[in-house]
Amino acid sequence: MHIRRVYFAAEVVISAQFGRAADGDDGMITLRINGEARNIDGPGDMPLLWALRDILGLTGTKFGCGIAQCGACTVHVDGKAVRSCLLPIGSIGDRSVTTIEGVGATPGGRRVQQAWLDLEVVQCGYCQPGQIMSAAALLAATPNPDDTDIDSAMAGNICRCGTYVRIRAAIKKAAQSG
Amino acid sequence: MPKDSTTSSPGSLTTPLSRRVVLKAGAAAGGGLLLGFHIPFAAADAVAGVFAPNAFIRIGRDGRIVLVMPQAEMGQGVYTSHAMMLAEELDAAFDQVAVEASPPSDALYTNPILGLQATGNSNSIRAFWIPLRKAGAGARAMLVAAAAQTWRVDPATCHTESSQVIHDSSGRKLAYAALVALAAHMTPPADPPLKAAADFKLIGKPLKRLDTPDKVNGKALYGIDAMPTGVKFATLAACPVFGGKVGRVDDGAAKAVPGVRQVLVLDDLVAVVGDHMWAAKQGLEALDITWDEGPNAAITTEEVWRQIKAASDNAGATAKTVGDVDQALADGEKYEAVYQLPFLAHAPMEPINCTVHVRPDGCDVWAGCQVQARGQAIAAKLTGLPLNKVQFHNQLLGGGFGRRLETDGIEKAVRVAQRVNGPVKVVWTREEDIRHDLYRPVYYDRLTASLKDGKIAGWNHRITGSSVVARWLPQGYTNDVDFDAVDSAVDIPYDIPNLRVQYVRSEPPAVPTGFWRGVGPNNNVFAIESFMDELAKKTGKDPVAFRRDMLGKVPRLQAVLDLATQKAGWGEALPPRVGRGVAAQVAFASFIATVAEAEVDENGEVSVRRMVCAVDTGIVVNPDTVVAQLQGGLIFGLTAALHGEITIAGGRVQQGNFNDYRMMRINEAPEIEVHLVDSGEAPGGIGETGTTAAPPALANAIFAATGIRLRKLPIDRDILAGKKPA
Repeated sequence: MHIRRVYFAAEVVISAQFGRAADGDDGMITLRINGEARNIDGPGDMPLLWALRDILGLTGTKFGCGIAQCGACTVHVDGKAVRSCLLPIGSIGDRSVTTIEGVGATPGGRRVQQAWLDLEVVQCGYCQPGQIMSAAALLAATPNPDDTDIDSAMAGNICRCGTYVRIRAAIKKAAQSG
Repeated sequence: MPKDSTTSSPGSLTTPLSRRVVLKAGAAAGGGLLLGFHIPFAAADAVAGVFAPNAFIRIGRDGRIVLVMPQAEMGQGVYTSHAMMLAEELDAAFDQVAVEASPPSDALYTNPILGLQATGNSNSIRAFWIPLRKAGAGARAMLVAAAAQTWRVDPATCHTESSQVIHDSSGRKLAYAALVALAAHMTPPADPPLKAAADFKLIGKPLKRLDTPDKVNGKALYGIDAMPTGVKFATLAACPVFGGKVGRVDDGAAKAVPGVRQVLVLDDLVAVVGDHMWAAKQGLEALDITWDEGPNAAITTEEVWRQIKAASDNAGATAKTVGDVDQALADGEKYEAVYQLPFLAHAPMEPINCTVHVRPDGCDVWAGCQVQARGQAIAAKLTGLPLNKVQFHNQLLGGGFGRRLETDGIEKAVRVAQRVNGPVKVVWTREEDIRHDLYRPVYYDRLTASLKDGKIAGWNHRITGSSVVARWLPQGYTNDVDFDAVDSAVDIPYDIPNLRVQYVRSEPPAVPTGFWRGVGPNNNVFAIESFMDELAKKTGKDPVAFRRDMLGKVPRLQAVLDLATQKAGWGEALPPRVGRGVAAQVAFASFIATVAEAEVDENGEVSVRRMVCAVDTGIVVNPDTVVAQLQGGLIFGLTAALHGEITIAGGRVQQGNFNDYRMMRINEAPEIEVHLVDSGEAPGGIGETGTTAAPPALANAIFAATGIRLRKLPIDRDILAGKKPA
């Protein structure tokens, strides 16, 4: 039971799912982010991560690797956890984007943030927006996750400070408080 | 639009008061003073509504208490523990305090152990244990004096609690906020008395961290989040071969990338500046660069090992000698083993970055830095500006681990910014971060011992490796010995009558080396605790009993060894291919015993099931933080042991991102138990201790599970699978 191997191919699925924006799809793009319509003056193939951070100033979403290996850039698109570093803004359309700045407005997101504070999960904190977004998406889909569910949902999020023990406990606590 | 952070205080968790107070304190103290107690401007600032008795405390008329943090917050919880130490002696209500990053100043914020403003070596609590409490106690004494004068009573008849002065007999109270103006006129005490440990109200309690609420909602500002108005975004590439230069660059395609503004070709690097990181990244990828690879283009990992092995044939400098080692080794049966550790990158989750605005008359720098004053100094040197024209805004660090003890990222960013009109944020790609680190050195340790009556009679430990200290803190390199490289070896806890520790400095060809979480003890604890297990096996003794019998003079370590092994169920039956391994260490002035439980499958895959750790770190400031640091430190050490290796071919690093420089993930993470021992001893260090503890405990557990001894990290799964010899 201690060996939990997770082969997470989620990132590959994510990029295939959204595809690449068509060439020449430049100009103003409007996205629904944290419930607001936001205009982005950038090329359609620009990953959402950079639009959030560099154009909209929503710096809570973090850059860690740029190749969907670390999960620091995780946001929600229609409630599902997605790596924003590989998601072209031209492919999102009218789907709803939620970032760490907005997830606290949802009951599930608030519960996760509170559990994170109650158990003092955070150390440097740089990966934690991504961890929290992944955890909130997990709980939305699986309200009472077991260890295997947690491994599957969270193995794409690296924490260099090594807060995994507390992340696992906090997800269970958030589930119980739901 | 990008939000403007130029008007706020980056790294601060508060709306800051004026920096003027602290900067003036710097001028008044004149340098070299740990505490600016006798600061004559206090009255003047009280007029402005602030009581600032020293460089660490500012109390406003509104009751706000701002505590200025001398050390960088990089996840270790130092903002909270240092605030607790100040607030304890100040008797401040902890829910009224706010913390703020210190400005760069080696004079005001020197780490007394390291001799400069630096956060490292797990010594934040040890270094500031007395100074910060004195700062709090001194401020408290001035507030008491002010209240006593107001009431015309003897200060000795007053006490303090929760940010108030209270007159014992009458019960009259004055809030600190009401005393701000008068307190500034009181004489600061030269040597204020400190509380006895029994009187602590905050120290020892698991208080909530001050920095975490903003870290769960996206508001916390790291270096990479600086957004001064009009900022441009840049990324860069240095020659992939260490020491190489730029040859020829064709930037035609890069300049055609939408959003690219500038292509900068410097002597040793190329940078692309754009409207956003996406433009900069795409522009960099579109460049056609021919590098002048220089003399290091043939270097390989094999060559690095060949050189260090050859260097270790020299006896080197003697760092410590006790008894007659040569005689003792000649008398008994002699055992020898060699242990090796690889290059490692730091790979903090926040890639190296720095935002700089260079103007003719000044410069602003935003970065997350473990050496703030050095960061400021490098910017001043490059720009030719005086220090006081360089504003260095230290931000939260998205991981440090020693990487941000270096200023190379700041240096490169300033050089880029000198060629950009307006502020520019320089962010390295993860690949650049991995390939242009200053690496944890490779180490080659030869251990030789003889046994007599089931104990060690003679011991020779020859450590061969790069000296980071010789470059970074030259005064720490004396008589050809690097104090860090021999740390935890010269003070080996076991009672060995004839002992010698030798140090051979051997710099790897071209590969730069730096401090990496766990520093010297990483190497020494791995070698010593692995060898101890091998010697136990030779004597036929249980590894715990073998160690325990030689720890009579170090009862604190003996006690945690007993506790950890008891909690771990040492000696209890385990399934096949599962083993327990132990490691004991005195490192960073903390006493720690660790038991790892690991399973090895037929393919050589290792699964760490459980880690149990017992810790005596003296007086604990925040016990929850100590537990968190052990949990995280163990994961950091396990990551290195299971996955960590930087290799060199063609003079360049072969890894580049988390796909080939792997980190432990949650599905691999074991259960972790940390048991703290109550102690009244002076505080020890804790941030790096888990990292040093995990690798030898794991290697010993693998031996217990398989009978295979791994003397080189990271673990070689082919050896464990029987595909190649150990």
